[in-house]
Amino acid sequence: MTVRRPVSVAVALAAVVALTATACASGDDAAESTPGITADTVTIGSTIPLTGTAAPGYSEQGPAAKAFFDYINANGGINGRKITLKYLDDAYNPAQTVTLTKQLVLQDKVFAIVGSLGTPTHTKVVDFLNSSRVPDLFVASGCTCWDQPQKNPYTFGWQPDYTVEGKILGDYVKKNLAGKKVAYFYQDDDFGRDGMKGLDKYIDQSLVVSRQPYQPGNTDVAAQVSAIAASKADVVVLEAIPAYTALFKLTSLKLGYSPTLVASSVGADPITVSGLLENFAKQAGSSVKGQDLIEGLVTSAYLPPLDDTSNSWTALFKKIHDQYIPNVPFDGNVYYAMAYAYTFTQALARAGQNPTRQGVVDALKKGGLTGPGLVPFRYGADSHAGYTGGQIATIKDGKQVASGTPLTTDDGDGPVTPYTQPQPPAPANGIPAA
Amino acid sequence: MTALAAAAPVRFWQRSTLVRHLTLSVLGLIVLYFVTTSLDSFANLQFAQICYTAIATAGLTVLSGLSGQISLGHGAFVAVGAYTTALLLEHLDWPLVLVLLGSVVVGGALGSLVGVAAARLRGPYLAGATLALAVGLPSLADYHGLRDLLGGANGLIVTSDPPPLSLGETFPLERWQAWICGLCLVVTLFLLANLTRSRIGRDMRLVREDEQAAALSGVHVARTQIVTFGISAAFAGLAGGLFAIVNSLAAPGAFTLSLSLSLLTAAVLGGLGSLAGAVYGAVIVTLLPNWTADLAQQADLPRAIYANIPLVLYGLVLIVVIIAFPGGIQSGVRKLGALLQARFVRPLQTRQETRR
Repeated sequence: MTVRRPVSVAVALAAVVALTATACASGDDAAESTPGITADTVTIGSTIPLTGTAAPGYSEQGPAAKAFFDYINANGGINGRKITLKYLDDAYNPAQTVTLTKQLVLQDKVFAIVGSLGTPTHTKVVDFLNSSRVPDLFVASGCTCWDQPQKNPYTFGWQPDYTVEGKILGDYVKKNLAGKKVAYFYQDDDFGRDGMKGLDKYIDQSLVVSRQPYQPGNTDVAAQVSAIAASKADVVVLEAIPAYTALFKLTSLKLGYSPTLVASSVGADPITVSGLLENFAKQAGSSVKGQDLIEGLVTSAYLPPLDDTSNSWTALFKKIHDQYIPNVPFDGNVYYAMAYAYTFTQALARAGQNPTRQGVVDALKKGGLTGPGLVPFRYGADSHAGYTGGQIATIKDGKQVASGTPLTTDDGDGPVTPYTQPQPPAPANGIPAA
Repeated sequence: MTALAAAAPVRFWQRSTLVRHLTLSVLGLIVLYFVTTSLDSFANLQFAQICYTAIATAGLTVLSGLSGQISLGHGAFVAVGAYTTALLLEHLDWPLVLVLLGSVVVGGALGSLVGVAAARLRGPYLAGATLALAVGLPSLADYHGLRDLLGGANGLIVTSDPPPLSLGETFPLERWQAWICGLCLVVTLFLLANLTRSRIGRDMRLVREDEQAAALSGVHVARTQIVTFGISAAFAGLAGGLFAIVNSLAAPGAFTLSLSLSLLTAAVLGGLGSLAGAVYGAVIVTLLPNWTADLAQQADLPRAIYANIPLVLYGLVLIVVIIAFPGGIQSGVRKLGALLQARFVRPLQTRQETRR
């Protein structure tokens, strides 16, 4: 007689799971205190692509932010609390972002989400974070979507949004490259489209001779570059991530086409782009000097140059980099992550001796935060947008050389205006005062 | 009570497939209730993820294990199901049951279409064709004419109703979603278990063993293959609908080739052709990456190593399972069951019989 047993085995297993889970779950809701905060620690979380197509460059942001917090912790922390950052690899896959963000909030009980990266990924967790009342700070994306204080009171952007940047670059093209024919090479999503929205506010439409989109993931851009070359544009504006700045340059090189390049800050970090240029050329069996190929590229920078160690912020970040993560190149991504990590420590310090989630949000809404940026933040009661602009910079000898004064604007119809206040220096020990 | 009288219900139990499956389904629902009420929110989320993965894997395991057709592209049907649910929830005010049925119907319809091609393709050709489907279909979302509808690379955000108020104001959303997914899994297993023991299940096995012999004995080979593909894709569509609700999204980035491959991995790990195996496989492919990532995080290693540790551990577990249970976990469970039976049940029976 053979009675089949597997199903009853499964039932038994499930019952065991249920019993153990009850045992584990019951001891949880002991204190009514703020999640992620203890007498001497603050635990925060983040999702970042550490693997996959979006990883080059961006994967450095987790270790860089952590290095900055390690430095703060080694110097006594914020109000006596040490900051622990748990960053998880979502591989730029939104389904993973959702699961991992829920893990950070529901299981690891983090105080806040800080510096999570990517538009298509992070848009899917904004509702969850806001309905759970978890501060969702400094999303690493310039999408205009983070600035919705009414709908998403807990979500804050950090970098200048793509439209703001597009307006500043458009203003530059209008004034300095007047009458030249312009083409756009843009990423076919919110990033590229938000950027063009800003460009179109300034660049005369009759001079725009070609708009060519690319799909991230498809590395063959010959068709788009040929079309732009055929349009005989004198200036090409790149709303592209670093890999596509490099691909555009290499492909146009093959066609013997060399227009003036203007690029969004996202795709203009000289170290990342020149490294990619050399890698791509090597894969194709030739060798180039990446630094030479991006000579003269114009961009809008909102953080001080990487090589200017006379700047107190750069000196601070370089010191932390050399001490904690010397094996990672000191590039724009590292600078970026340390800078938003600084902003978080400042907001935390301002939330007082006993920080709450609402306290951090209120500290940001109060405004007046300072930091490594060349321009101020727009944070306030009715704005959750980050940096308000940037400064035109040209790449010379592999470095960004700034010109003129920093410029600020908004993502609407406001004008582009010079910002003349000097940048406040970094605190001597790198720790923000409350 | 004599052993003879006791044997009658046992015999009835064995003969009546429907009653057996119904009883087990009810048992499953009871277990579901107790498990979900005792788990915390994140564990309930994982439970829901296991359930929809198991639904898609169950469909795939019937296709590959019983009718012998391989599909490397089941993630595409999951994607279609997810987008269907997302669009129905966004544009039409249908109840959830109808929305999910919509995903089943659309997934099944597309699956039947693919099944027509699949019925003409064999082995590596079928694998290649379905692979192309998995790679190509999600990028349709970025096609110019469809971008406004499907949201392009950014995809759609799915907002489903919160738990009904009758359950109380503080009823956790995750537990509600675990209930929906668990109920769908029980229904799926019930339907598929009956199907595989029906005439069409027998036809599937015949087709898998020898197509010519099956055709000679009156089985319509192509029709069986098309129907199986359609059914399998319909459940993948259901899984996709649940995926959209649980993860609140439908975006091309979520339906990569690795989703299709992990469904196949789950089917093979659990034991190809076995529905219980589909559940075991789904548990492993859902929980393992999470555990290994946690382990790697605790070890505090350099990033280049840390990022790859989950993959390494995942690979190791695959190797161990495949070496230990070449026929999948379900074959191991069966062996264990037989062993226990030989040890404890048989001696008991012989003792009873001798006493009689």
